[in-house]
Amino acid sequence: MLDHGPVLAVGIPLMASFLCPLIGWWRKRACYAWAIISLFFCFLVSLHTLHSVIQGGTIRYRLGGWMPPFGIEYVVDHLNGMMLVVVSAISLLAVVYSGKSVEQELPDRRVYFFTVFLLQVTGFLGIVITGDLFNLYVFLEIASLAGYALIAVGEDGAPLATFRYIVMGTVGACFYLIGVGYIYVNTGSLNMEDVAGMLPNLYHSRVVVTAAAFLLAGLAVKMALFPVHTWLPDAYTKAPSASSMLIAPLMTKISLYVMIRILYSLFEPRFSVTVLPITEIMIWAGVVTILGGALMALAQVDFKRMLCYILIAEVGYVVGGVGLANDTAFKGAVLHILNDAVMTAGLFTIAGIVMFKTGSHRLSDFTGLFRKMPVTMAAFVVGALSVIGVPPTCGFFSKWYLVHGSIIAKHWTFLIVLLFSSLVSVILFFRVIEIGYGFGVSHGVHHGDGDERKIRFDEAPLGMLIPTIVVALALILIGLYNQTILSKIIDFTVPGL
Amino acid sequence: MFEYLVDYYNYWMFIGLMAIGFYAMMVKRNLVKKIIGMNIFQSAIVFFYISTSVKRGSVTVPILEHSAGHDAGHGIDIMHYANPLPHVLMLTAIVVMVATLGVAVAVTIMIYRRHGTLEEDEILASVRRR
Repeated sequence: MLDHGPVLAVGIPLMASFLCPLIGWWRKRACYAWAIISLFFCFLVSLHTLHSVIQGGTIRYRLGGWMPPFGIEYVVDHLNGMMLVVVSAISLLAVVYSGKSVEQELPDRRVYFFTVFLLQVTGFLGIVITGDLFNLYVFLEIASLAGYALIAVGEDGAPLATFRYIVMGTVGACFYLIGVGYIYVNTGSLNMEDVAGMLPNLYHSRVVVTAAAFLLAGLAVKMALFPVHTWLPDAYTKAPSASSMLIAPLMTKISLYVMIRILYSLFEPRFSVTVLPITEIMIWAGVVTILGGALMALAQVDFKRMLCYILIAEVGYVVGGVGLANDTAFKGAVLHILNDAVMTAGLFTIAGIVMFKTGSHRLSDFTGLFRKMPVTMAAFVVGALSVIGVPPTCGFFSKWYLVHGSIIAKHWTFLIVLLFSSLVSVILFFRVIEIGYGFGVSHGVHHGDGDERKIRFDEAPLGMLIPTIVVALALILIGLYNQTILSKIIDFTVPGL
Repeated sequence: MFEYLVDYYNYWMFIGLMAIGFYAMMVKRNLVKKIIGMNIFQSAIVFFYISTSVKRGSVTVPILEHSAGHDAGHGIDIMHYANPLPHVLMLTAIVVMVATLGVAVAVTIMIYRRHGTLEEDEILASVRRR
């Protein structure tokens, strides 16, 4: 039973998703419990899989017993073992969190929400676990389609934002499919390892170079690199809180994971450094993305929208870090994928709680929230410190590796941009904290007196509070144990650069 | 030059269709036209895959004629059969396309119910008015 870990990790949420409407037909409320139970088992299986990878190295699972180049193979190594745990842990937290917020925002669509939610998790896990190029495309589309549905049911304007996301996302996925087609035409195989073995002799072929360009361009759309990021802020701002808590941290991170897979597992590192100047392009794409994201975040008056632009800037960190192409920066980039998934999840939980309590998520709604919801706001401060990069939160350590890596690579522009965006995040978050403490209101103490007394202790419901606290604790724990994570998992993911 | 165009005509058609679809998706302001463009774009990729599986000469569909029973000694010359794998991949891709089309149309219906129009400019104007 436990040998089947890789397929169970994908199979459990998929089967649970199919059964969810039936359970909803019996009892509407049971869907919530059903989703929690299935994702909990999925989380346990993922943990077990990661554990056995750490113990015994890469796991290969042959679906249906077919030999690799012909059948589809699931491959779990240290990198996607870690991603499996990240995805399943965050989706478990998101589903616990979504109970109350779905009840409030989508009261009559609970059954379908959880069905699509589970399908979304299936897509994410499938992308992470598969060792087959075309299978990855299918899971990418499952994740995207479920994502469109989860976003479209949001507030006013969500359908239009979703429509734009569909158009952009389809172009991205199609580019990926063209890239896979070119690679198949040249090698006759779709299994990543098989292809990786054949490609080095074909690096001179223009078709292979074009394939690499198409694959990366497609993924750039999915991960929201700066010029093609336009779908992200609208879509994630207008999505229901529970959907954005699931999709915002994971979709971009998973695309980043696929990018690393393609650059360093499918192609040899020397391809992306010498044959095509991909790494150089990536550093500059990272620089532009960080600058664009940070500056646009400054201009926002909506908390969730601000988070979306911060998310875009964080994508730039990872892309730049991978582009620097040295061991230290690569470790930083992989650690940052983990950290940013947790940080973004934490911040979006706060946005959801504010939405739950005040009915919108503008920055001005934060007035007096520190007194009203001290626990939530404490979690918010931990998340904010992590984005800024203050030790001992985990954000500090990945930024440290990235900074160190850019010094080793002597890439000063990237270094300056990294530090600049940290400063911008200080401004961004202290602005929110200032509003939260209500300093802005205290100008009119005389007539504001009545308002101030009205602010009472009014904490978020427990179902939303627990995931928030867990994420905040995780931010600190990942920071404290970052050396363990690095030596047990991330050190093994570094390709021979 | 002319032979270059003729020999690779399937790829030229693929590129042409893709460009038409891409143009419609990016430039047209009507949401349904965008969806049509999206479908042309996706179909272009299907044509590309299918056309890569073609073999010139007396080639037939991949159905094994002599494979039944013990009489497997005939052997199968793969040069006589079109490559079946791209066809199978495209069956999956077509399913994905249909699903995307369904979601896109459903979202378009939602937009029409909320805003009463399918022109992007008018929708943006009506969003701003609220």
